[in-house]
Amino acid sequence: MSTKKRVAATVNGDAAEFLCEPRQSLLEVLREVLSLTGTKEGCNDGNCGACSVIVDGTLVNSCCMLGVEIDGCEVETVEGLARNGKLHPLQKTYLEETGMQCGFCTPGFLMSSKALLDAHPDPSERQIRHWLSGNLCRCTGYDKIVRAVQKAARMLEAER
Amino acid sequence: MHDFQFVTPGTLNEALKLLAKHGASAQLLAGGTDLIVKMRVRHARPDLVLDAKHIPELNVLKLDGTGLTIGAAVSCRSIYLDERIAARYPALVDCTALIGGIQIQGRATVGGNLCNAAPSADTIPALIALGAMAHLRGPKGKRQLPVEKFCLGPGKTALRKGEMLIHVRIPKPAKNSGAFFLRFIPRNEMDIAVVNAAAAVVLDARKTKFISARIAIGAAAPTPLYVEDAGAVLADEPVSENMIAEAARIASDAVRPITDMRGTIEQRRDLAAVLTARALRGAIDRAKRGNR
Repeated sequence: MSTKKRVAATVNGDAAEFLCEPRQSLLEVLREVLSLTGTKEGCNDGNCGACSVIVDGTLVNSCCMLGVEIDGCEVETVEGLARNGKLHPLQKTYLEETGMQCGFCTPGFLMSSKALLDAHPDPSERQIRHWLSGNLCRCTGYDKIVRAVQKAARMLEAER
Repeated sequence: MHDFQFVTPGTLNEALKLLAKHGASAQLLAGGTDLIVKMRVRHARPDLVLDAKHIPELNVLKLDGTGLTIGAAVSCRSIYLDERIAARYPALVDCTALIGGIQIQGRATVGGNLCNAAPSADTIPALIALGAMAHLRGPKGKRQLPVEKFCLGPGKTALRKGEMLIHVRIPKPAKNSGAFFLRFIPRNEMDIAVVNAAAAVVLDARKTKFISARIAIGAAAPTPLYVEDAGAVLADEPVSENMIAEAARIASDAVRPITDMRGTIEQRRDLAAVLTARALRGAIDRAKRGNR
């Protein structure tokens, strides 16, 4: 077995230092080393987006990245969305608009939605659908998810 | 995934030394959207993985007076987000903005797309049409070759032992030129091309005549195909639907497609013609509007 590497990163605002094998994906590291099991494994080959997280401001599939690659990076996962027990506007609107049924794809959708609203606070429907094209939902259908993102954008706008 | 050593070279020399020493058992990692997936299904089993993203020469993205340099580790997303590049090379935006979803675009690189050498690679036809050169470094020094000569077969490249892609260099667009890329997929997003095509044209000052054209087709042969004859036939001819149809016919005759889960030989041959015509119309339109 190759030597474990020491990795130091910031995860959801907190410093995280851990050891991992080069062959462990970022997804595996998040779930199995850091016990952040909110991020889900769907296809494990970059198609479904269930494992979406944000690394240094860029939306990525954590299954297509190695854990050792986040050394020195800032990682945001679904666990970082709620603050002080208060849901993020996106989490609220996904609930209100029923943007989920089984919920497996939801952490990935939330992170893609967050990355979208970080980059485009007032997105068009087309932009929303384009940004979420890398996330698959097999139960809800996408209309409710799109409505949830539109509503969250309005809430965030009102907060500013 | 199999066990491997992971090294993050900080300089090109360090990477070249490691590549020379480990040969085919070493593999460069750029965005990882192909390599990591291949390693997971054991289609790739390198003993040593070299992270390309901390080598300065591979991270250059530079527009200058004579063209554009795209380092091998530069992501698709950083290319299409650069407004100056997007304005000068819209065909690069056409392709980099439709590979995978936003997640893939944030990691996947043009250099990786080229080195992965998939027949359906979405950035390669545009690179060929734009006349891009692949700049390589290896144990015997530097060399460069046109992108159309880089891929030798599915997954096979012209890279020699210990050699690596440093960047691709795209010349400055000529006056009155335009380029366009498109692909056919049966859905709106997130799919692999059934066929894709790129065209780049240079028109005369009145924009009624072709001076030259370059056409490339993907997913219709073992490698992305530069169809030199389809572009050459347009030189000195009027910009017309007849000439577009003639180039499309030549492109359709030149392809050597296979039948697979995404399409049949007949469909791909037909698509090669349709997409060549559409790519040419798109390129002509951009040349006329001064939007390259």
